[in-house]
Amino acid sequence: MENIGLIAFLIPASPLLAFFIILLFTRHSKLASDIVAMVAILFTWVLAGILLYLALTTPHLGEEPLTAGLVWLPLGDAVTDSLRMGVLVDPLGAVMLFFVPLTATMIFIYSTGYMASGSYWTEVTGEGDHDAVDTAGRKLKKFDATAWKARFMAFIALFAGAMLILSLADNLLLLFVGWEIMGLCSYLLIGFWHNRVYANQPKRITPMLAGIKAFMTTRVGDMPMLVGIAWLYSFTGTLNFREILYNPEVLEGLNVLAFPNVPALAGVTVAGAIGILLFMGAIGKSAQFPLHTWLPDAMEGPTPVSAMIHAATMVSAGVYMIIRMFPLMSAGWDGHALTLPMQVMASVGAFTALFAATIAVAQCDVKKVLAYSTISQLGYMVAAVGIGAYVAAAFHLMTHAIFKALLFMGSGSIIHAVEHGEEHAHHHGHHFPIDFDAQDMFNMGGLWKRIPVTAWTFLIGGLALSGFPFVTAGFWSKDEILADAFAHNPTVFWVLAAAAFLTAFYTMRQIGLTFAGEPRTHAAEEATQTDWRMNLPLVVLAFFAVFAGYVGVHEGFPVLGKLLGGNFFHHFVGSTLLKEPEALAFSWAPVLLSIGIALSGLLIGWLVYVRRPLQAEDEDPLKKVLGPIYTLLENKYYFDELYDLIFVRPSKWVSEQIVYLLLDKQIIDGFLHFVARFFEWLAFRNKDFDTYVVNGLGDSVAEGIGKTSDSFKYVQSGRIQQYMAIAIAGVLMLVGVFVWALFLR
Amino acid sequence: MDFVRQNLLTLITFVPLAGSLVVLFLPSRSKSLIRWTTLLISLIPLGLAVQAWVWFNADPCHDLVAGACFEQQATWFPLLNSTYHVGIDGISLTMVLLTTLLTPLAIIISWSVDDRVKLYMALFLMLEMGMLGVFVSLDLLIFFVFWEIGLVPMYFLINIWGSANRQYASFKFFIYTMAGSLGLLLSIQLIGLTMGTFDLRELMVRWPALTGKLIGIDVNVIKNVAFWLFTLAFAIKVPVWPFHTWLPDAHTEAPTAGSMILAGVLLKLGAYGFLRLVLPFFPQQAHDFAPVLAVLAMLAIVFGALSAFAQTDFKRLVAYSSINHMGFVVLAIAAAGWVGLGAQYEPQSRLNAIIAVNGAVLQMFNHGLSAAAMFALVGMIYERAHTRDLTRLGGLWPVAPIYGGILLFSSMASLGLPGLNGFVSEFLVVRGVWPVGQVDQNGTSVFVLMVALSMVGLLFTGAYILKAVRHVLHGPLNREAVEMAHGRSLEINAREVIAMAPLLVLMLVIGVFPSWLVEVINQTVTKLWS
Repeated sequence: MENIGLIAFLIPASPLLAFFIILLFTRHSKLASDIVAMVAILFTWVLAGILLYLALTTPHLGEEPLTAGLVWLPLGDAVTDSLRMGVLVDPLGAVMLFFVPLTATMIFIYSTGYMASGSYWTEVTGEGDHDAVDTAGRKLKKFDATAWKARFMAFIALFAGAMLILSLADNLLLLFVGWEIMGLCSYLLIGFWHNRVYANQPKRITPMLAGIKAFMTTRVGDMPMLVGIAWLYSFTGTLNFREILYNPEVLEGLNVLAFPNVPALAGVTVAGAIGILLFMGAIGKSAQFPLHTWLPDAMEGPTPVSAMIHAATMVSAGVYMIIRMFPLMSAGWDGHALTLPMQVMASVGAFTALFAATIAVAQCDVKKVLAYSTISQLGYMVAAVGIGAYVAAAFHLMTHAIFKALLFMGSGSIIHAVEHGEEHAHHHGHHFPIDFDAQDMFNMGGLWKRIPVTAWTFLIGGLALSGFPFVTAGFWSKDEILADAFAHNPTVFWVLAAAAFLTAFYTMRQIGLTFAGEPRTHAAEEATQTDWRMNLPLVVLAFFAVFAGYVGVHEGFPVLGKLLGGNFFHHFVGSTLLKEPEALAFSWAPVLLSIGIALSGLLIGWLVYVRRPLQAEDEDPLKKVLGPIYTLLENKYYFDELYDLIFVRPSKWVSEQIVYLLLDKQIIDGFLHFVARFFEWLAFRNKDFDTYVVNGLGDSVAEGIGKTSDSFKYVQSGRIQQYMAIAIAGVLMLVGVFVWALFLR
Repeated sequence: MDFVRQNLLTLITFVPLAGSLVVLFLPSRSKSLIRWTTLLISLIPLGLAVQAWVWFNADPCHDLVAGACFEQQATWFPLLNSTYHVGIDGISLTMVLLTTLLTPLAIIISWSVDDRVKLYMALFLMLEMGMLGVFVSLDLLIFFVFWEIGLVPMYFLINIWGSANRQYASFKFFIYTMAGSLGLLLSIQLIGLTMGTFDLRELMVRWPALTGKLIGIDVNVIKNVAFWLFTLAFAIKVPVWPFHTWLPDAHTEAPTAGSMILAGVLLKLGAYGFLRLVLPFFPQQAHDFAPVLAVLAMLAIVFGALSAFAQTDFKRLVAYSSINHMGFVVLAIAAAGWVGLGAQYEPQSRLNAIIAVNGAVLQMFNHGLSAAAMFALVGMIYERAHTRDLTRLGGLWPVAPIYGGILLFSSMASLGLPGLNGFVSEFLVVRGVWPVGQVDQNGTSVFVLMVALSMVGLLFTGAYILKAVRHVLHGPLNREAVEMAHGRSLEINAREVIAMAPLLVLMLVIGVFPSWLVEVINQTVTKLWS
């Protein structure tokens, strides 16, 4: 099985190598960098195909998965104490191995076309030539980012490599390595146009800040996750997935009380506590409430990045991790009463699914609609894991990755077309405001005839997202989640059903606003997009958005179930677990309900936005219906403002005013200066003595101290504060000693 | 070769001293000659250290008491029964390697120093000798002598070649460290005179076992006093909160290469002192006071990060990051102290302590790399734009793309990004410390609590790193920075790339494949707990 190790090693190594080659050697040539990246990702795709083939042809892959590994950290004196790293391809891993390289390759091809050219506004500081001045008085200049395009390929290559590491990892630490590198990549890629500013919108978040926000918000979740990993490692002595998750004894051992002495946490088991800590990581990474705020702003990045982050990679990582850790999350689950982590996941997931869907309804940026839709769909998956619908979650993870990548790249194609239209129109003598927004759906309309490939594939993706029955992959996977919820957890079902209705509605709204009717601007009128590098991935992904769902059709489904070979996906993925979960008996009720919900959502959307398309200058009809609620939704329930107020500003204030200025400067240094001043006094008292007794040396010492003390003076603000500060320091110290003596000791 | 092998540590330590004398006799005007001579001389200890690494791996000696590697002993101060005794194990070897690596790199960075080059270079080599001496000493008195020798050149380096507030900073650095050393000297004398020897190996066995009364005072009281004096000296050096305020001043005012060595090596002397002296000499006290030390370490991690986040001076920000990172070393040491050397406390905890100390030593090495790199990078921008004020920089990535790439890379290593070196050691520390105290009969949840709180610090590590990167590289270009450079390119030059390259390569190599280094550390640490 050594070949397995080599192949699995080369799969992420190839794009990682491309990253270094591009940065070190070819970064000045866009073409050469494109070629390096494409060769790397195609090589990876082929290898992944080979490995996938090996996995699929292995009988009983669940029991005997493909593995390879080596000692990574020698620790202690026994080999068993050492930390091993390796690869694991089990059925769940095989699913990742199918859609991650597929979507990544498509995104790479698309990127070579999308990133071909481009310029944007940047601000000019100080004296210098500028092209425009905006309403905020900022001097603006067009910045041509073409020279940066080569670097873009390097970053997405790193991104793809990290996701592949994560998918192939056989232990939680290696998974975390891929996880964090993706965090870095998202930071770099979201902030790719780091010097961009938006004319006339001084308050709008810039790509630079959006990148930082993404990194920091996900880091909030990553820190508890790191603790969870450390805890799991120290408790079980291993981080290997198989050794923990496929081992009844270890799982049983984890099912003990974690805090027997703490009344408030009395019922929490070790598995439960670790599960919660790990899930916090997923909340950040998969943008679940309350850490969802970074993802919509991540739309500031170039569109292939959005596709990368939202489909193939980063957000999938969170869900993949909780699916992977399901045996831990559900340790002690008897099939009825949910364990603590499961309860949390079910609530957070279901709430997020509905919450994000409501926001998506009132967005006018074509990518932001998709961003909230992503959060919502991830909520579905998280909720599915929470109610124990293991296979359904994995199924939806796969189909969603495909159709959401399709939708994002479709939206990128739309934006690209409108941007080109804007340039054309400009040449034809039309004047555009400097803040023309090519992503605003109200600036579009009538694109159906102008970019037909995009339109058709976007429609397919949109229908898959809405769960249009029978002919889309999204229907089958979403239906499976809903069916499970219907059988086990009615509350979750109805919340998800409401979200499904909204999903269908906002999807049709988006399609209507973009494609239907007549163009509302000159830019839309002259929009074109004919680059095959951007169209090909759309067509390929549209194919999978239709057909990928047929691998997992319920056995009991009339006609199709038998025809398609009896739910291959369920048995395959289910065998990852120790005990394959039983498939639910087929039931018409949830199927009909979900069909009805999807169709009614689509129908209402069609009635409002397609049958009577908006004219230029028309307002969103929803505004009249929803009134102030529309404003609330448009502003995303003001979560950004809230977090700024309660987290960002206070932490800045505490760092500067308390920790740095008060503690370090006033109290600690104040005390030191006080001591110095004391010696200064002593030195001057001794000065006469010194002059006569220790002539040369003594003088210079005293003088030295005196001089230094003089320079100390400037640091001090005044005596009274100083003494107060010292008094506070004394009190703090005493309190510290008491606290330690009474409680900690 | 035999001669080299027999006198290896003496050569490593004193070649720099001989070199500094050579440099002093060179003509002051031929600056280029002085620089090249210094660089070549500083490469000799590096070569010898690599050779030591090779020999060590072929024939390792992980147990100091049983026998150190490359041991050498000579009469030095017979009246006090103190001998010139040197030798190394895996921990000291790692530190020697770090020191000999960083010195030549710092000298390459110092190429731009133009004022009194001869004195500067001579002091630099003397500094190297002092630091190496501490790591190889097996005699307490020798240890102390080297400890103090290192201070003097650093004082002058800051005082003469530092920036605006250098008088204040150098004085504060010197006096503060001296204050710590005073107690250290006192207790070293106390130990040496009562035991009749200063030999480390002998003391490691005999001193902890000492019971009864000394000059009418209970030995335990004396041990407590000596423990606190040791701890204070090392805590100032590391530095542990709240003894840290000399550091931001000294680091910020020191010349670039001085800061590289200060953060890269000098801070490690303190941590090394804890590992080499405090834990073996005072197992009982290290256990009793472990919770206090853990709380202080946590405060260093959290407050260090918050203070760094509060800075607008790029160099000061990086300086505070050292407090944040070294906090993890101290946290691991505290946990190891709780478990105790040997197996006298709880055999189950042994592995935890081993993992924690592995993490601590690796973190010392890693922080040496990343802090040196960060200070070098700060120095480069300061040299060109003549400002370290973050608000006056910005948007420099397009005008200095290679510099930007290197800065990002080093920042990420400093932030603890998995795949780079810092993560490995921080993970080991977190993993090692977390369960400590929980399985004991007289257990404590202090360590669990401290690790959990440290995560807040780790979160803000991200915040201050991103703040620095954002204000230097990202956003619209700040023309002020370009104008201040007076036509000089802001991009990094070839010489500086050469100085950075070994650091960057090591960061990546250790992050991806740490076992070659951890193996050496682990063997020694495991022996400490056998």
